[in-house]
Amino acid sequence: MNNDNRNSTDTPFELYGETLSSRFILGTALYPSPQSMRDSIAAAETSMVTLSLRRQNPEHNEGDSFWETIRESGRKLLPNTAGCKTPKEAINLAEMSREIFQTDWLKLEVIGDDYNLQPCPFGLVEAATELIKRGFKVLPYTTDDLVLGQRLLDVGCEVLMPWGAPIGTGQGLLNRYNLRTLRERLPNTPLIVDAGLGAPSQAAEAMEMGFDGILLNTAVAKANDPVMMARAFSRAISAGREGYRAGLIHKSQTASPSTPTLGQPFWHQS
Amino acid sequence: MLTLSLNNESKTLPTIMSLSAALEHWAMCDELFAAAINGEFVPRSQYASIELNDGDAIDIVKPVGGG
Repeated sequence: MNNDNRNSTDTPFELYGETLSSRFILGTALYPSPQSMRDSIAAAETSMVTLSLRRQNPEHNEGDSFWETIRESGRKLLPNTAGCKTPKEAINLAEMSREIFQTDWLKLEVIGDDYNLQPCPFGLVEAATELIKRGFKVLPYTTDDLVLGQRLLDVGCEVLMPWGAPIGTGQGLLNRYNLRTLRERLPNTPLIVDAGLGAPSQAAEAMEMGFDGILLNTAVAKANDPVMMARAFSRAISAGREGYRAGLIHKSQTASPSTPTLGQPFWHQS
Repeated sequence: MLTLSLNNESKTLPTIMSLSAALEHWAMCDELFAAAINGEFVPRSQYASIELNDGDAIDIVKPVGGG
């Protein structure tokens, strides 16, 4: 059986009515070079890339080569509102993103604390409410809090992106109980673990838990070899997804022999 | 003479003028950016009609990498 046959039986990765070809969403910051970013995007076989907007003097064209590289990649765009601390900031940056990038899709970030860059639950719900009214397809970067997730769905979000750990920490899945609770209580909502992953094994674990996709940036961009790490994450995400679909065995305290005991020689002879 | 801020840097204009005229005055003719005045997004379709006033804070943003 080849990969294509296996994948064809999987449920499509569908967000806001659109099917994405990959469950891996990759960020575009922090790469050592534009070529490294370009090659990492290719190696990741990602369907969608995140990007942002920052103050720059239009006399200068620093952003133009970046934009050309992203456009040439042909990937779907997911602009973010990174750094915004209030709903007003996030809404205005979202409108600026929509004008430049010509997409309604938005990774909504409203940060509540500088120490751990934790999403602000109150600002997130307020901003999501207004942005959905304005026609945005909001993918909120949220904590692993179940009730916050439910409120975001109530106001019209169709996807949730809970953190694994704070952005850029590489600590993996810090609160498995909360993440499992989200998965169990929201079985029909696409859930994407966003942020905090550092190793491909952590992405595989999230996928084995039944998460629908992974969004990350730093773990690839800051690796010694970003291109190899992009490929490693891509494979881990596919492996984790297959493991989930295949069905993991239940953990047990007691051992159970895998080799048949019937016909065992020397059985209880001593 | 008006004094404004552009991306947090002080700028001057000889008189009240539209955003598009101000951008032209400052020789900013790039197309790949979005603008806000005093924290409020300004659609490109309004650049010619919206007037800048003394003390206005203009933000001009362009694409960058993001996670």
